[in-house]
Amino acid sequence: MSAVAQTVSRSKAGGRPQGLRLLLNNRLAAAGLVVLALMIAAALAAPLLPLADPNATAPADRLLRPLSEGHLLGTDALGRDILSRLVWGARVSLAVGISATVIAAFVGSLIGLVAGYAGGRTDNLLMRGIDMVMAFPYILLALAIVAVLGPGLLNALYAIAVINVPFFARNIRGITLGLSRREFVDAARLSGKSHLKILTTEILPNVLPVIVITMSTTIGWMILETAGLSFLGLGAQPPQADLGSMLGEGRKILFNAPHVSIIPGVAIFLLVMSINLVGDGIRDVLDPRLRSGALTRPVARTAIELDDEEGPSSRTSGGNLLDVAGLRTEFRIGPTVHEAVGGVDLHLAGAECLGIVGESGSGKSVTAMSIMGLVPTPPGRITGGAITLKDEDLLAASDERIRQLRGGAVSHVFQDPLATLHPLFTVGDQIAEAITAHQPASRSQAWKKAEELLRLVRISNPAQRLDAYPHELSGGMRQRVSIAMALANDADVLIADEPTTALDVTVQAQVLALMNKLRREKNASILFITHDFGVVSAICDRVAVMYAGKIVETGRTSEILAAPAHPYTRKLIDCVPVLGEPERRLDAIEGLPPPVSDLPQGCAFAPRCPIAQPECRAQAVELAPLGKERAARCLYPLTHTTGVSADG
Amino acid sequence: MAAYTLRRLLAAIPVLFGLTLLVFLMMALIPGDPATAILGSYATPDNVARLNAALGLDKPLPQQYLIWLGNLFQGDLGRSYALNRPVLDEVLERFSATLILAGTSLVICSVLGLLAGIVSAVRQFGWTDRIVTFIVLVGISTPSFFLGLLLILLFAVKLRLFPASGMYAVYGGGDLADLLHHLVLPALTLSVVAAGVVARLTRTSMLEVLRQDYIRTARAKGLTELRVIYRHAFKSALVAVIPVIGIQAGFVLGGAVYIETVFQWPGIGAMLVNAISTRDILLVQGGVLVVAASYVLFNLAADLFQSILDPRLRR
Amino acid sequence: MDERAAPILELTKVERIFGGGRTLFAREKPAVHAVQSVSLDIEAGETLGIVGESGCGKSTLARLIVGLDNPSGGTIRFKDADLAEIARRDPAALARRIQYVFQDPVSSLNPRKTIRSILEAPLIHLLGMKRAKRQERLVQLMDAVRLRPDFLDRYPHEFSGGQAQRIGIARALAAEPEIIVLDEPVSALDVSVQAQVLNLLAELKARFRLTYVFISHDLSVVETISDRVAVMYFGRLAEIGPARSIFRNPRHHYTRLLLRSVPVPGREVSIPETESAEMPDPYDPPKGCAFYPRCPAGDALCVSRQPPLEPAPGSTSHLAACFHPGSVTGEAAG
Repeated sequence: MSAVAQTVSRSKAGGRPQGLRLLLNNRLAAAGLVVLALMIAAALAAPLLPLADPNATAPADRLLRPLSEGHLLGTDALGRDILSRLVWGARVSLAVGISATVIAAFVGSLIGLVAGYAGGRTDNLLMRGIDMVMAFPYILLALAIVAVLGPGLLNALYAIAVINVPFFARNIRGITLGLSRREFVDAARLSGKSHLKILTTEILPNVLPVIVITMSTTIGWMILETAGLSFLGLGAQPPQADLGSMLGEGRKILFNAPHVSIIPGVAIFLLVMSINLVGDGIRDVLDPRLRSGALTRPVARTAIELDDEEGPSSRTSGGNLLDVAGLRTEFRIGPTVHEAVGGVDLHLAGAECLGIVGESGSGKSVTAMSIMGLVPTPPGRITGGAITLKDEDLLAASDERIRQLRGGAVSHVFQDPLATLHPLFTVGDQIAEAITAHQPASRSQAWKKAEELLRLVRISNPAQRLDAYPHELSGGMRQRVSIAMALANDADVLIADEPTTALDVTVQAQVLALMNKLRREKNASILFITHDFGVVSAICDRVAVMYAGKIVETGRTSEILAAPAHPYTRKLIDCVPVLGEPERRLDAIEGLPPPVSDLPQGCAFAPRCPIAQPECRAQAVELAPLGKERAARCLYPLTHTTGVSADG
Repeated sequence: MAAYTLRRLLAAIPVLFGLTLLVFLMMALIPGDPATAILGSYATPDNVARLNAALGLDKPLPQQYLIWLGNLFQGDLGRSYALNRPVLDEVLERFSATLILAGTSLVICSVLGLLAGIVSAVRQFGWTDRIVTFIVLVGISTPSFFLGLLLILLFAVKLRLFPASGMYAVYGGGDLADLLHHLVLPALTLSVVAAGVVARLTRTSMLEVLRQDYIRTARAKGLTELRVIYRHAFKSALVAVIPVIGIQAGFVLGGAVYIETVFQWPGIGAMLVNAISTRDILLVQGGVLVVAASYVLFNLAADLFQSILDPRLRR
Repeated sequence: MDERAAPILELTKVERIFGGGRTLFAREKPAVHAVQSVSLDIEAGETLGIVGESGCGKSTLARLIVGLDNPSGGTIRFKDADLAEIARRDPAALARRIQYVFQDPVSSLNPRKTIRSILEAPLIHLLGMKRAKRQERLVQLMDAVRLRPDFLDRYPHEFSGGQAQRIGIARALAAEPEIIVLDEPVSALDVSVQAQVLNLLAELKARFRLTYVFISHDLSVVETISDRVAVMYFGRLAEIGPARSIFRNPRHHYTRLLLRSVPVPGREVSIPETESAEMPDPYDPPKGCAFYPRCPAGDALCVSRQPPLEPAPGSTSHLAACFHPGSVTGEAAG
């Protein structure tokens, strides 16, 4: 998951000109923009256009139908030209709507910024005031204000602005509150900036896009509301007309001359619709979540699009519990393809624990999540390789079969136990659900089994804990619950994705000890993902080291720790401080891993490798066996004689 | 949970008091005085002063407020001079009609909105999603009073399926079937916009929830996709949608003003519009107060329902 | 080592309480003692490591030292001046002397500012430097943290975590402070990058004669970088002393547990897998030692009152807050 998030966040660069192009790429938004531009142009140019006087009455020509001579859209009950009134009315409606939006946005954003940044009493006071305004149903407050100020266009404008202030204030306050807790605000304070300066130069630039989004999505509303007040006779007063009052006047003669009310109604609809289309377009462009595809829904199972020439099953060796061969998984984000996993071979025997070690972005989690199709699609997809579990081809299995295997034969434990347990269901409910999904058990049977499972993972008072919600438990206890859930159906393979990374060190030690003990008791096989060689050494029989989407070295844990063959493994071990060896110099790896969207042709580690030769960069390096159960992806593997450099 | 409920109920009291203060001040700020409005512009200054004294309007504002509040507690909201009957009687009668209309609309908009939002999220980028999204956009861009007029033209004038106005038939009727018959068009009109807003929000919340780690856990457990979506994801999404349904209650209560005017529904919205034009200030005051108070109580109920779903909110 | 120079920073019984006060109805609001009665000295030129697990109060302590937060009790003295006083009177004066490096390198850089304007802020607001001088200084700073000067006009999202953290360090250096408080500066980084930053920090310290307060949950990192180490548990100091002494001869049972819990390559796990007691409820702290429920050596004395920080025999600098620092009964020696 983290790897995905990272690649996504890295690829979201972008500037203004791209924004407009994106907006125009959205066909609906572009159409809205054209309609809106035409309407605004007409409204602006109203005094210049060859229109009849909108207020000139002509009793002789009353209620002419549209397309009459001289009156393209007909006339109203007083014989006034509807087209002319429409253009002039749109002018009024737009002016009022836009002014109300600007006023509401300015006042509301100001309140929100101050409340969110100041916090404490100021925040409390301002927001209670806003709550007071929100305690009135939306339009009712506008009515009350108009009742106080008296009917009239300007008063309607104030009323509409006032009732929309809370909307901006709440929105902007939320964002500001989040931003002012960010570390860069503290950093600015320590750089000597005053509060006012921080608010205007640090926070405002980050809030501005939100204000623009909120404005673009509310301006349509404001125009509707103004029209509504005018429709009720509380806004524009005759003879001045806006679209709403035209509709209101037309309503009285709806049955005889429907066109008098339908035409302004359609005009309001077109105006608001085009504004909303453009507003949505602007939101899509400005909201980074939408742009990066963070709001796309992952489907139940990773998409599989094998483009392998060779037959899928030809490469698995068979005989193992779990076999992964030539697995390739990539993320397609926009035009870039991130090759997160670029041909990984793994095998896991019964009662064995295999560790996959690597840094973030190395593809270790994606590899593990690909096995049961839990890589989110979009943007992920499996593009090559084969995965077999007990001789069953998982990539060819049906979705229903995969569902049966998930939590049944293959179970998972994830990193952050607070995020991975459902916050709204009790622990017992969630474990029992895992049981009933795979076993024909009644609810009470499942509940009993859940209690046993909690006892198995050494949780005291299991019967009471079943009724607890995840947030009521400590981090270590939550992870025990996750482990209990993974053990519910006696899985053959347990995939553990950094299960102890989010835990405190003493809790991590307990959970590791527990997992180690349970796997010996239950003879379970574990695929253990981690970035920490200390953790690997605590639990894994064998280890595979990943770098830039490929396995660079694999072998028995003790052998690799004692004599790493790949320079990366060597460096990875040496760059981590080890407890009890404070004098050892940390051998840092200079540079950064290559982005998986742009991998070099040869060995991916060559640019950072101290012993790289020209051949290393020339062509892809294969994983070469180095004895029993040992292999390294290196043309010049380190000799086995160099032991771990002990304390200096 | 009981303690939480009690705490929320207690917290609503200051809000209700604030409401009364705001409503009182608003009406006290109205330029001109009610006495002139009651007696007409030809009244002698003497008469105006006497009536002002009788109404207690010569006292300082805080004292006026306390008197007004005391009367309020006794159920006395004053007399509407235009209708010449107690404000409370008129308001309650009208409010029950509005509740029928707004309540029905709220149910329709919640059900439609939630369904459309879920379907749209589950079929993201599919045809269903596109169609729903477009309909929703049209819905929230249409002025409800215009939509009402169109529906009247189509269903009442052209097709003659439903009555164009009123709550009961003028002759005969008066039973539930008659009421429902009259209710269809206004309730539908009123719920369209609100349903659009609910649908949009449900869609976004569902999409957001479906990306959460605990949804991956649910899938990793081997739950069926139906269970993942309708049990695990929907429950979380609902927690986010409930406050918005609360706000929609405000929209339908307020929107009733238009719809009641268009369909001549004898509710409180239509009453308020008339009262504002006739400057029947006490009636406006009473009407605004009752609607706002009921809205506060409804939102309280929404909060409590939300905390039933989400145990983390009960602290 | 035992001959101590005058401390540059002196904390006496420092306390920080969150929450508390009364509600509108005069009911007492719950209060959390994030930091309780912490007394320690920091010498010029040393690196003091502060270790502890989440919720032990180490980050709160860090914020108190840089003046981002004010202590609810006790005093912090910077060279004989009250730090809270300086912070109130002239925050810039404090920021010129004590700077801070944040845990999350990405969120500590404003996404909408160029690196130039981020690094310029302290030069303008703290040092009042003129434009020409600033340009020169910016290049020096970038050079000091080994970044190319042409990165100055880029935005934070264009940098990796390690590079972003170097920019954070450069910003702290810009003010030419005497003390830098580093709050988990490498926790968010990948291990290979972690070493780069740790080496850079060591080099900068020697070059600019800095004093470090280094806060981390990672014992191995703290051991590598610190001269002295303070171990915190539940808002209090459990143990403090020279790094070598703490790591070789820990005297508090919590320190022992921590040391045994760290996964070390080639070492078996020696911790029982059973669920041990959690940390006490912070809203209802115990009267005695907070570690008692997890402690193998606890007895009635430990429950009755707080153990005071006392020096180990034969040492004035190694102190532990434990009534039974010697006894290790009923467990495998760590």
